[in-house]
Amino acid sequence: MSSEPRLIAPRLIEVRAKVLKQNDLLARELRERFRRSGVYVVSLVSSPGSGKTAFLEKLLSGLSATYRVAALVGDLATENDAARLRRATPQVRQITTGTICHLDAQMVERALDDWELDDLDFLFIENVGNLVCPSSYDLGEELRLVLLSTTEGEDKPLKYPTIFNGGDVAVITKMDLATAAEFDLQAARQNIQSVRPGMMVFEVSSKTGEGMEEFLSFMHSQLETSRLAASQQ
Amino acid sequence: MHELSIAVSMVERIIEEAESRGGLLVEAVHLKLGVLSGVDKDALAFSYEIACEGTFLVGSKLVIDVVPLLIYCETCALESSPASIQEIACPHCHTPSRKIIHGRELEVAALEVAA
Repeated sequence: MSSEPRLIAPRLIEVRAKVLKQNDLLARELRERFRRSGVYVVSLVSSPGSGKTAFLEKLLSGLSATYRVAALVGDLATENDAARLRRATPQVRQITTGTICHLDAQMVERALDDWELDDLDFLFIENVGNLVCPSSYDLGEELRLVLLSTTEGEDKPLKYPTIFNGGDVAVITKMDLATAAEFDLQAARQNIQSVRPGMMVFEVSSKTGEGMEEFLSFMHSQLETSRLAASQQ
Repeated sequence: MHELSIAVSMVERIIEEAESRGGLLVEAVHLKLGVLSGVDKDALAFSYEIACEGTFLVGSKLVIDVVPLLIYCETCALESSPASIQEIACPHCHTPSRKIIHGRELEVAALEVAA
């Protein structure tokens, strides 16, 4: 019995579907909502223990004299960060992610819930401490800060190029420990530029307050610029 | 590891696409994965199998096409691929570039079905 070889050519159907389309759409909606409300949204990413919460605490207290500020803080299990930040402003909400290692747009949207965004000038979103996973998720923020502490070493940007490349501004924290940690500031700056050309870099110490003035005035000018842009539309 | 979350979103997207095309019998999925997507290829392949469980995609093959970095250099007026994502600069003139053309993809490019 002879049989013809069965030629079953598989058929390729082009779909070009973005995997994170749903997150991207929701993030875009959030961004529009934030802009309409005139609230400037800044997210913070870093590895665990690089001083996000301490920095945010300084930021919130520095800005709250002039502005209406609020924060959402992501954490795997505890409410500790929110409790700490409430010393600076009452408008703080914790997003406990359970086992999830990053925030996504839906978590942000849910956490905002009944907050009156029109009554805010700044909203900060502290991501879960992680230099890998948050990079894929747009949260609808206007500005993404990537923090790097002097105790982590100057080669962090080379080890985690994706998260640095996806950020807008780098903040080097724990500058008061730079000498003790033998942190090579110039190499760190070079490494940041290597993975994210043109990235703006700030150097701060939440402990001594070094560099905080510059950062606060940067926040001020960012808010002004974004409001000006919104009014011209 | 966030690849499981990514794989779950991916399976949802594939099911959506397959159903909107009249219920395709998907045998393989072709994914474009940029080197700057922040997603690990092996972890994603592993997670995909888990995410397919309990859906009609169980047993489907995942073909991952890694997309290299492609930048545009304004100095040379050329598109080119840096050797590494640790140095996002033109390989010819070494000028750093912020214009990333390819490398961030995380996209289901095509579905393969039995003819």
